[in-house]
Amino acid sequence: MGIPLNIDWQQILLHLFNFLFLAGGLYLLLYKPVKRFMEKREAYYKNMDDAAKEKMAAAETMEKQYAARLADAQSEIGEMKKAALEDAEQTAQSYLAEAREQKHKMIDEAKKAALAEKEKIMQEANAEIEDLVSDAIDKMLASSEENALDKFLDRAEKEG
Amino acid sequence: MSKRKRAVFITVWILLMALVLIAAFAVGGGVKHESIQEVVRDAVLHGSNKISLLGIKNVNPAIVSAMTVSGILLVFAAIVRIFIIPRFQVMPGKFQLALEELVRFFDNLAKTNSPHRNSFLGAYIFAAGIYIFIGTLFELFGLQAVTTEGLSVTLPAPLSDINGAIALGCLSYLVILSGGIAGNRLKGVGNTLKDFSLPISMSFRLFGALLSGLLVTELVYYYINLSFVLPVAVGVMFTLLHALIQTYVLTMLTALFYGEVSEPHLKTKVKNK
Repeated sequence: MGIPLNIDWQQILLHLFNFLFLAGGLYLLLYKPVKRFMEKREAYYKNMDDAAKEKMAAAETMEKQYAARLADAQSEIGEMKKAALEDAEQTAQSYLAEAREQKHKMIDEAKKAALAEKEKIMQEANAEIEDLVSDAIDKMLASSEENALDKFLDRAEKEG
Repeated sequence: MSKRKRAVFITVWILLMALVLIAAFAVGGGVKHESIQEVVRDAVLHGSNKISLLGIKNVNPAIVSAMTVSGILLVFAAIVRIFIIPRFQVMPGKFQLALEELVRFFDNLAKTNSPHRNSFLGAYIFAAGIYIFIGTLFELFGLQAVTTEGLSVTLPAPLSDINGAIALGCLSYLVILSGGIAGNRLKGVGNTLKDFSLPISMSFRLFGALLSGLLVTELVYYYINLSFVLPVAVGVMFTLLHALIQTYVLTMLTALFYGEVSEPHLKTKVKNK
């Protein structure tokens, strides 16, 4: 009596041989080359990714360096600006003091000139007044003498 | 197409169908050499119909199916290797993508189930998966072969023969055992032998699943009255779905057990205070 279900060792071994042959062939012809290609592509993209990451890291470092430099430059600019402002303020103060001094000087000179002019005008006015007064007196005197004579003559006529 | 032309076309089509149906019943079935009992019994046991293998030995038809499937697959693989793989692009086309997805599927199955040791496992389940899937679909083509008694038989799926199923089930078990030895030496052997029922369950699962499909198909085709429309549903349900399910089940189980027995066990020292 054989094995039930017609199990046959020879048939099993033939099936095994067939499958092993197929598995070996498929591995060599399909699985291995396709997998190798996929691994190569993965490595290619991984290299690209690594290179991109390296570039990114370098860019970030440079960015940090530039940011630090920018901060230094800004603080330097701030200091220079401050110094320039102080300098400008000092210069402005000195200009202002000079201008103020000049102003006082000009005012004094103007005052002096005005005083001199005033005195001169006063002198001239006094002289003119004196002339006018003498003229007026002269005229008054002259007119008063004429009236007295007329009055005398009129009285003499009336009494006469 | 005008309405009149469409009506004529449909009428002619229906008449043609009716004519073919009448003719089918009129000519009757051919002389049946085997009863349905014999057909089903032969499908299970492969006892009566044998095919001469190149005049060397008489073998079950499933052996011829297995060799045909292997031949087709190897020729296809050789054509792909020679003409297509050297032209692979970094940005893949449709066919390249399909091939890559196929390889990636089995590779990932091996890697996820057996993270420590998976390169050989990936290659094995790739071959086993393709063999089961294409082998099961093979019966849909209905290739004929002549038996030693001069009868014509349809070549069955290779794994619907119990010998084919036992071969693949036991080989899968041996692969799992090799994983155990490679990963854990004697302990791995012990772990694998612990599941001694595995080769039997794997073999008979494959055999049972594929045989059920074969039997239903045999029954359906034996009677001419069942040969209309029904084979479409039967073909899909018992062949295509079995092909997919059995491919997944066997490869997944192999990967799972391989990962389990090849997983390195860390020695943990428990100090008793």
